[in-house]
Amino acid sequence: MSKKDVNDKNETQQYSLNDDRRVKVLSPGALVAKRFARNRMAMVGLIVLIFMFLFSFLGGIISPYGEDQLFYRNDMMSKEYASAIVNEEYRYGAFTEDFNSVIQAKMFLAISKKADTFEYNGVQYGLTEEGKEFYSASKNGEMIGIAYKDIFNASAADSQYDMSFRYAALKAYTNGETTFEAEGKTYRVELDEGHIYDGTTEIGYVSRIVVQALMPDVFLSKAFKDQLIEVINDGGEQFVFTDADGVEYEYELTYKAATKTYTILQEKESRVFDTYAQPSAEHWLGTDRNGMDMLTRLMYGGRVSLVIGFIVEIISLVLGVIMGGISGYFGGWVDMLVMRIVDVFYCIPSMPIIIILGAAMDATGVDPTIRMVYLMLILGFLGWPGMARLVRGQILSLREQEYMTATEATGLTVSRRIFKHLVPNVIPQLIVSATMGLGGTIITEATLSFLGLGVKFPFASWGNIINDVNNVYVLQNYWFIWIPAGVLLLATVLAFNLVGDGLRDAFDPRMKR
Amino acid sequence: MRKYIIKRILISILILFLVALVVYILMRCLPTSYIEAIARQKSMQPNSKSFEEWMAQLSATYGMDKGIIPGFFAWLGKALTGQFGDSWYYTIPVLEEFSKVIGISFIMGAITLVLEVVIAIPLGILCATKQYSKTDYVVSVISLVGYSLPTFFFASLLKLVFSVKLEWFDLFGLVGRNYEHLSSWGQFLDKAHHLVLPIVTLVVISFGSLVRYTRTNMLEVLNADYIRTARAKGLNEHKVVYKHAFRNTLIPLVTIISGSLPGLFSGALITETLYSIPGIGYASYHAMIAGDIPFSMFYLCFLAVLTLIGNLLGDILYAVVDPRVRLA
Repeated sequence: MSKKDVNDKNETQQYSLNDDRRVKVLSPGALVAKRFARNRMAMVGLIVLIFMFLFSFLGGIISPYGEDQLFYRNDMMSKEYASAIVNEEYRYGAFTEDFNSVIQAKMFLAISKKADTFEYNGVQYGLTEEGKEFYSASKNGEMIGIAYKDIFNASAADSQYDMSFRYAALKAYTNGETTFEAEGKTYRVELDEGHIYDGTTEIGYVSRIVVQALMPDVFLSKAFKDQLIEVINDGGEQFVFTDADGVEYEYELTYKAATKTYTILQEKESRVFDTYAQPSAEHWLGTDRNGMDMLTRLMYGGRVSLVIGFIVEIISLVLGVIMGGISGYFGGWVDMLVMRIVDVFYCIPSMPIIIILGAAMDATGVDPTIRMVYLMLILGFLGWPGMARLVRGQILSLREQEYMTATEATGLTVSRRIFKHLVPNVIPQLIVSATMGLGGTIITEATLSFLGLGVKFPFASWGNIINDVNNVYVLQNYWFIWIPAGVLLLATVLAFNLVGDGLRDAFDPRMKR
Repeated sequence: MRKYIIKRILISILILFLVALVVYILMRCLPTSYIEAIARQKSMQPNSKSFEEWMAQLSATYGMDKGIIPGFFAWLGKALTGQFGDSWYYTIPVLEEFSKVIGISFIMGAITLVLEVVIAIPLGILCATKQYSKTDYVVSVISLVGYSLPTFFFASLLKLVFSVKLEWFDLFGLVGRNYEHLSSWGQFLDKAHHLVLPIVTLVVISFGSLVRYTRTNMLEVLNADYIRTARAKGLNEHKVVYKHAFRNTLIPLVTIISGSLPGLFSGALITETLYSIPGIGYASYHAMIAGDIPFSMFYLCFLAVLTLIGNLLGDILYAVVDPRVRLA
């Protein structure tokens, strides 16, 4: 016995026996609260519910993130950047227009036969081996074209070198000469790597490896090509190249033997949505498929689920009380009529109806906000018959009690008698039934959202968060996407049921413990 | 009694008529552009009729060309003779698709009901006889959890544990990949194997309410005067509970279970869809999503009929099993 109780006892002893103050008077409400507080399971439910409300309504405010705030991460992505091919086929360069593809083909045949001449259309062409795998074709002693395997590449993107320059450069390179003259200028050839210098500036190089950019808008700088060719010659597989802007990228080489091609992959960092991130200090429950913070989504989802539950329950309560009250009080044909309406609504299968309406709303593309309102109205409108039956049943029995005869005798108006004297006596049962109903409504809403027919993106709802589990990969690998939402949902519904149970026991003194 | 039954049947028919009317009006109130879009989409499919033919068929079947009330009577006239038209989604007559899928739903429902009764009623009695004991608390909490579990979440959990981690069951479907090559006994086992998880789901989410119902009724009976009399006579507790109390508890139980019998045919919309079991629930879910009006209309009316029969059966059997009840 606590100290306070002892004090109370001492005080009560001072009153006379028939003094009212001796008896501690509790209002009916306080009695109910007392009985409720004694029910341990119901209290657990109440605490869970309080937590859920705080989580949903305060959580959204406390959370540093917004409901549909997107998060990004930097990801290494390999892109096909360039390709390099070792040229094993002759390429042709024309000096005159005569050097067409047929002549090129004839020339190729002659090269493979190691002939000095070839004929086409009765004309004799001369074939000269200018250097190693480097040939020229001539007609009447005049050079019309060349065939080569080593290729001259210019250093600058916009520089133009004509055929005669290329001829001179290739001739020098294939013959191992260190200088050549073209257009009256002397150029220097560095034979090791085929670089060609005009004085001291490098103007290009000769190589068998052809490097091409695979991505549009990319010009491969000479330095890049040099490094690449070096890597290929050394048989390397990876290299790091620093471009003119000083940015370092990693490149990876893959060789396809079938096409004799090297593909160069550029490892580049790119910004992507941070989807399905594992839980971390930043995102306690990771991120979802859109790259939104899961915990924040759960908070806003709880808000949606709870608000929808309450509004739906209020709609069906109001409708049910009005219809049931009228029906029970008046009886007779009014009762008959209302009850048949209730029967009809009772028979309409609500889940299929909502699914059909949801699918129709999908097809007509209703705005997600308006859709949520519709959802509440539909659920509320389909839920009232149960309430109406309950109210009617209660009123039928209450109506026959003496105090109702008294209200009639004092001449109160009908609406006053129904809503002031009858309905308040039904309220305990209504509260119990509405609390239990809330759980059911939340499940219904979640199920619809899970099926994609309820609350839609960008709004979060516990149901549509779990929806992602339809993806088997998510089911297997990302527990944090769907388990927390499911647990919250289960806890909330269970809490509503426990509290409803507790309230029923507390309201009903016959269930004394 | 006979008079009461006839009256109830007549009222049921009236209600059914009104339900059909409401559902029909609802279907008519769907945006027509939506119906047209579906007809167009249907006509796009290979080997399908043209758009005009689809619309004409729809108009003929549903009286879309008439006003709502004459249209309803046109539909009703056909429905009464069993003509529900061709399903849009399945492109076969509605009744044909129905007869294909109803079997598996019934089997699933029946097994679930049997398991539910076998599990829930003994548990309920146990709770009532040991009111406020630990057993009572544990069973109450478990049944409340089952009752509060969202189907889709529980099904996902089962899939994660038994299909993904333990690999005991397939994730989806009624038959395995090698179904065609199995013997008929093997095929039966294969189907049974695929039905385990759906049935477990159904039993777990539905047994809770029956436990609570049994417990409440049993408690009420145990507090009755004749039980005190039985105890006063010196009967042992076993006899009191199972001979005197349980028999009286059976009255509401028989009523509620017989009332749920027609529900065996209604299928489990969500569970069948989650596990892709081709029953009536799964079939109508896809029909409804696809805007298959003929099939949806049929399914809704079918469910309404089942509900009405269930209520009727429950009320009549209540009077049959309990001689104290007089129907008027």
